[in-house]
Amino acid sequence: MSNSPKTLFDKVWDSHVVRQIADGPDVFFIDRHFIHEVTSPVAFLGLEQRGVSVLFPEKTFATADHNTPTINQHLPVEDPLSANQLLQLEKNTSKYGISHWGLGNPKNGIVHVVGPENGITLPGMTIVCGDSHTSTHGAFGAIAFGIGTSEVEMVLSSQCIMQPKPLKMRINVNGQLGKGVTPKDVALYIISKLSTSGATGYFVEYAGDVFENMSMEGRMTVCNLSIEMGARGGMIAPDQTTFDYINGRELAPKGADWDKQLAYWKTLKTDAGSVFDKEITFLASDIEPMITYGTNPGMGMGISRNIPQAKDLEGGASSYAKSLDYMGFEENDSMIGKKVDYVFIGSCTNGRIEDFRAFASIVKGRKKADHVTAWVVPGSHVVEAQIHEEGIYDILTEAGFALRQPGCSACLAMNDDKIPAGKYAVSTSNRNFEGRQGPGSRTLLASPLVAAAAAITGVVTDPRQFL
Amino acid sequence: MAYDSFKVLRSSAVPLPIENVDTDQIIPARFLKATERKGFGDNLFRDWRYDKNDQPKSDFILNNPTYSGKILVGGKNFGSGSSREHAAWAIYDYGFRCVVSSFFADIFRGNSINVGILPVQVSPEFLHQIFTEIEKDPKAELEVSLPEQTITIVSTGASESFQINGYKKHNLLNGFDDIDYLQAMKDEIATFALNR
Repeated sequence: MSNSPKTLFDKVWDSHVVRQIADGPDVFFIDRHFIHEVTSPVAFLGLEQRGVSVLFPEKTFATADHNTPTINQHLPVEDPLSANQLLQLEKNTSKYGISHWGLGNPKNGIVHVVGPENGITLPGMTIVCGDSHTSTHGAFGAIAFGIGTSEVEMVLSSQCIMQPKPLKMRINVNGQLGKGVTPKDVALYIISKLSTSGATGYFVEYAGDVFENMSMEGRMTVCNLSIEMGARGGMIAPDQTTFDYINGRELAPKGADWDKQLAYWKTLKTDAGSVFDKEITFLASDIEPMITYGTNPGMGMGISRNIPQAKDLEGGASSYAKSLDYMGFEENDSMIGKKVDYVFIGSCTNGRIEDFRAFASIVKGRKKADHVTAWVVPGSHVVEAQIHEEGIYDILTEAGFALRQPGCSACLAMNDDKIPAGKYAVSTSNRNFEGRQGPGSRTLLASPLVAAAAAITGVVTDPRQFL
Repeated sequence: MAYDSFKVLRSSAVPLPIENVDTDQIIPARFLKATERKGFGDNLFRDWRYDKNDQPKSDFILNNPTYSGKILVGGKNFGSGSSREHAAWAIYDYGFRCVVSSFFADIFRGNSINVGILPVQVSPEFLHQIFTEIEKDPKAELEVSLPEQTITIVSTGASESFQINGYKKHNLLNGFDDIDYLQAMKDEIATFALNR
């Protein structure tokens, strides 16, 4: 058994199984647990009701991000329900001795941005959080996925969850990406081919030279969106790019510990001859800048194409018609030229420094369209500081954009950053579900480049004309 | 601690023949601000169920008194999207104990069992039969037997078996949960952690 070739996923999974239950799940050990204000309070309440404590408080990290305002963070949070959730997080973490980066803390930001940027996320780890985009951390060669609140309570009380081992899928993308084609486009392309349920039941490994040549920020964007094709998570084998990113970060291993861990990390790759339950290969040259036209992330297409006809697709025609009706679009419509009311750049998908660099590369020396409301929201204070240091802030300001404070913001619109009913938003976030960005809002998912082009022209625009 | 046990459920059902029902529809994010597991049923399918003035939309199935029951029957890929367990809480709190679909999203399926809802995955053909039968007779009953792992359309006798692992089945039949199990093996976990 130990001599047979193993996938990256097998290596990490198998080394974390505490007990295998016959005809049941594995008892699965968790190295790192992230919590936030929205999906943790009921779990802490459960601990109290059972009279149990937190087993390993040093393995859990808390940040406030989902419901926090993105302006005036120095003032008390106005919404009493949000304020109460933030207060509960503060109380709960303080009671059990859990590290907490609350509102106003210089390390505060979106959980899937601050974990990696502080060196908490490392290769070979198992990482969970009560948030489906925990898959982001797979970019480091970790097994990372979202869990429910009952499972948050399990991790707090026992550092384990009960999980059946998923099937394995490898997705290869080879070749050279074209001009203006970003990691977000690669992910939206894959999801459009697989659909939102195409990888359900699987854990994905991304392989091929497109991912090998990608930055850590790009890999995080790709792994982040794994859940949008139904996969629990996705991962990429750690390499020099990964090690260089981690080295020197505050909570990353140092000295002899670094050397020891690095030696282990270098073993984390899929052995030749490993077998996957499913393997799919795409060509980089087939991928265009992408945009979605419907109400799930699988409803995406190359920006220069026309909206598909129901008859050409699998799945129910009535659900498809309902979706287009919600969006106010028709089959065969071109997306280019559609009016845009809002632009949102940010979120755990595209709220890192590279995303703002990309956005700035197009808006530099141009002006925001008057009728467009733009929300530019960094993923963390660290990203915010980089935006200032690199002169991106000045570029944004000269082009008519204001920079907000970090948080999940309009991605899920739990705070005041809501797209009004009927309005169209080009958004760099991860979900275009009905009402996701506010009741009645209509979301077009896209890359930071497509968002920038839309913000400048006020309509859906192919960003390649600006590059 | 845990929830009510689940054995055999015979009930009429509420049909929702829409594909890819995501957890943002089941419970929109703005209703996730409670710090206790209470009252989520009021906001189940909030934006499909109520208009912007909070008036019930007459064309939505939950507002149609003809349909009722403890079983919700949804289209393919039910529960996709966010990991919010609040979606399962809302379905449970509204009064459903079983959700039937031809395909479930992973996290939703796990969350459902963890709160005491039985997710029953059937073939697309059987799902179609269920929708057809409810269309003919809104009071048509389904019988879901966890011990037998079968779902039956009572009026026609048509039946299909469904999968659930033995561990989770035992838990649901007895109203046990995973936290009880994990608490009982804490020493083994502590030893495992020490040896890592």
